[in-house]
Amino acid sequence: MKSLILRTTTRPIIVVLLLISIFLLLRGHDLPGGGFIGGLVAAAAAALYAIAFGADAAARLLRVRPELLVGWGMAATVVAGLLGMLAGREFLTGLWWVIAVGDQELKLSTPLLFDVGVYLVVVGVILRFVLSLEER
Amino acid sequence: MEAYLAVVVGAVFAGGFYLVMQRNLLRFVFGLILLSSGVNLLVFTAGGISRGAPPIIPEGASVPVGEVANALPQALILTAIVIGFGLTVFAMVLLLRVYERLGTLRTDRLTAHLDDPQPVAGLPDDEAPA
Amino acid sequence: MLIALLLAFGAALVAPWVTGRLGRSAGWLLALLPAGLTLYFLSLGPRVAAGEPLVQRVSWVPQLGVELAFRVDGLALLFGLLIAGIGTFVAVYAGGYLAGDRQLPRFYLLLFSFMAAMLGVVTSDDLILLFVFWELTSITSFFLIGFQHESEESRANALQGLFVTAGGGLAMLAGFVLLGSMAGTYRISELLASPAVLVEHPAYPLALALVALGAFTKSAQWPFHFWLPNAMAAPAPVSSYLHSATMVKAGVYLLARLAPALGGTPQWFWLLTLVGGATVLAATLLTLLQRDSKRLLAYSTIVALGTMVLLIGVGTPAAIKAMVVFLFAHALYKAPLFMAAGSVDHEAGSRDVTRLAGLGRSMPWTWLAAGLAGISAAGLPPMLGFIGKELAYEGLMGAPWLLAGLIAAGAVLLLVAVQVAWVPFAGRTVRAPKAPHEAPPSMLVGPLALAALGLTFGLVPGLVQDGLMRPAAAAVLGAPYAFDLYLWHGLTLALGLSLLTVSLGVALAATWRRWQPLLLARFGGVRVGPVAVYEGGWRWLLRFAALQTRFVQSDDLRHHLTIIVAFTVALTGGVALWRGGLESMVWAPSGAYLHEFLYFAVILLATATVVRSHSRLVVITSLGVVGFGVAFVFVLFAAPDLAITQFLVDTLVVIIAALVLIRLPSSALRGEGGRDIRWLSGAVAIAGGALITGLLLAVTGLPFDGALTRFFEANSYPAANGRNIVNVILVDFRAVDTLAEVVVLAVAAGGVGALLRRRLGRGDADAARREPDGGAQ
Repeated sequence: MKSLILRTTTRPIIVVLLLISIFLLLRGHDLPGGGFIGGLVAAAAAALYAIAFGADAAARLLRVRPELLVGWGMAATVVAGLLGMLAGREFLTGLWWVIAVGDQELKLSTPLLFDVGVYLVVVGVILRFVLSLEER
Repeated sequence: MEAYLAVVVGAVFAGGFYLVMQRNLLRFVFGLILLSSGVNLLVFTAGGISRGAPPIIPEGASVPVGEVANALPQALILTAIVIGFGLTVFAMVLLLRVYERLGTLRTDRLTAHLDDPQPVAGLPDDEAPA
Repeated sequence: MLIALLLAFGAALVAPWVTGRLGRSAGWLLALLPAGLTLYFLSLGPRVAAGEPLVQRVSWVPQLGVELAFRVDGLALLFGLLIAGIGTFVAVYAGGYLAGDRQLPRFYLLLFSFMAAMLGVVTSDDLILLFVFWELTSITSFFLIGFQHESEESRANALQGLFVTAGGGLAMLAGFVLLGSMAGTYRISELLASPAVLVEHPAYPLALALVALGAFTKSAQWPFHFWLPNAMAAPAPVSSYLHSATMVKAGVYLLARLAPALGGTPQWFWLLTLVGGATVLAATLLTLLQRDSKRLLAYSTIVALGTMVLLIGVGTPAAIKAMVVFLFAHALYKAPLFMAAGSVDHEAGSRDVTRLAGLGRSMPWTWLAAGLAGISAAGLPPMLGFIGKELAYEGLMGAPWLLAGLIAAGAVLLLVAVQVAWVPFAGRTVRAPKAPHEAPPSMLVGPLALAALGLTFGLVPGLVQDGLMRPAAAAVLGAPYAFDLYLWHGLTLALGLSLLTVSLGVALAATWRRWQPLLLARFGGVRVGPVAVYEGGWRWLLRFAALQTRFVQSDDLRHHLTIIVAFTVALTGGVALWRGGLESMVWAPSGAYLHEFLYFAVILLATATVVRSHSRLVVITSLGVVGFGVAFVFVLFAAPDLAITQFLVDTLVVIIAALVLIRLPSSALRGEGGRDIRWLSGAVAIAGGALITGLLLAVTGLPFDGALTRFFEANSYPAANGRNIVNVILVDFRAVDTLAEVVVLAVAAGGVGALLRRRLGRGDADAARREPDGGAQ
């Protein structure tokens, strides 16, 4: 779609959308958000870009193939599960590490890794949908 | 409250059922979309609805304070929405390919060209069924 | 025993490979295994004869109480020896008979599978285990009858055999389950120890009928006899092995095996003697119409099987003694006769006994084997067959009608023996379809050895009397039974009857050429009785299947879906009404705010628009509106995660639907089908919607069980460090579900990627040109 307005506004919007998506992903364990929602926001941003600039441009911006994102995402979910097993617990048992950064606490955990995996899969899957349709 | 929602869910289902029984694949896919919305609402309503707070534990507490909405159906529906989305897109893409290949979206004509050695009219040669 | 069986199955698996390597001589090597098994069974002989059966048990399905239980007693030993012993010679014979056949490896695979399964049938001490082996024999028999699978007739006959025997097998399974629940055990040896429980149980007649049905179909008893002659489509080694010596005797085995537990009642007596008698009678008459050597033998086999069932039904010690000896003798003469008929077919090119004569000059050894076996089959001294027939007469002394039938049958058996073992070989040579020559050694060893055994045991019955016949009879009677076998009984009534039989038979044989053509011309084309029933039933079944397929499996997706939706709605609604599932329905329309009605109205209106409109743009927009309406409902009822997700997904669905629709013509939404179709689907859809509403009202009218929710609320923060309970459920408590859903999404993406590969249109058309089977359809 060669709309000047769309193209001009798309760049700043997708930056904001991507930031929001990561914010939603990270806060998901305590407030509304999470991997599914974050992934959908990021995918919407990418879809917007693909519509505005075309599938090839979107693929160039992305640098990796969507399948790779799906693969990494699935790997992350499985690794999150296996880490629980390495600690001698059941598959997918949550493990937590709380690191103090100044007066803030940074909470790392296998559920977070799992959610990141979900995020990547959702982004990759929807990108595949949109790119495949857009490039025909 | 549930009574109204039940009627709405029933109406969405009826629309979905009607569309999937039509002779047009595109309408079938639209019916599928309606049905997945209907199912989500069905589970949501059956899981007990409340106008209370969302199922989130406030800072400083270790359990929800006061009455909160039922978290379990929400978790189930959340994945159902995303899965339903994947299914819908897949169905639409399949339909697109069916049209490109067979030149029709009518369910009663889909197999008509299977044994037909002639290319389907209106399609470029390399798109014709072999 | 388990090891022996595993060896046999293992041999089946390596046999094709061995055959592929050794080709022509593979038969000799492969025969070593059944030979070894024969020796194994022989080595068990002394302990079994001493009344100590071999018992072995391995747990199999402990939850169901099913065990790999084996027990080798006198009866099992007799059968085991026949199966392994005749199997040895059949393996050798087949190597010659099918030499050069590309399918020989497959043949040996099936043959040895059958042998292993058959050994399993006779050594199982568990009803369920026996059933499994039983069905295995039916299946291998199916493949062997249909061995010449390019032939339409062969396939039809194979199917017929499978249909009858496997159908009977199912009835038998039901009977077994009944027996098991009646006695509280599936162990056969335990069943045999408590006959009173079974016989006095009210379900006894039903169980007996079902088990007998299995036995009768397998052993080709009237009215199920017709599949056996048709099974002669199989190669000769199969006919001689499965369809005379072993498999068809499985029914006889089962009845004999269960005789101590189920026998001795009037029902048992009448069922078995009537069916056995009818079988003897029907097969005797049908034999007179045959000219094909293998079909002649097949009908005479049915006569023999009927006789055995008859004798088991009578059940006196004398009858059982006769049954055991007759069974043994029959296996020893019928197998070589089939092999000889096969050799004649193989070397002279015909099985029509009216077209063969004088082959004795070119095939002397085959004639010798056939002649010896034929004398036994005719019931003449000094063969074992003579002893068997004499004993059968003695066993039926108390029942003159049965005896009379048996004498007629004996005369016909003699006729068959003459037709198969004398007529083709004797006299002046006529022109055979092929220039006849003697069969190769591999095809002579079996018939000669088996026929020689029949002669040896006839001359010296003491060889098998103590070790084999007495224990077998004891197992059937359920009590030890001492008897002696003599070739010469003295001048008894039985001997007189034998003479009568022989003179009748000779008279029949001498005049055969005069009356047989007349008989054949009068009755040859008549299809009545069980065959007609079977064929008619078959036609109706096919017609019904075609009708049903047109109805539920039409080409039109719409038909499928209409049927599925209609049946789902009708069944769910029907059951809900019938079982009171809707009783908890509460209709309480209250508690909604005005602005909430607005959302509901929007959803309803948008749904109606999606259904009604023919404009692509309008429909997509309306779908989006429905989704947004649903999202607002989530907002109203405290589900922020759902609301966000629904908004996002809805947006993406609209975008992607738009991307798809711009590639479709604007007329894509036209063409729903006629008015009648709209009426039908409209009615079904409204009923379905009403059902959903009713069910939802019924569910929400029930008290809510919040135990699971309370668990998640209580543990979300303490156990999983998360404050958003929905997300905690997704990534922690029920993360395995989420993992699976992620996989589903990935699969959908893969599918879409594959369907829309760039330049796919051209690419797969090319692919379709390269490979005619694959690619585009």
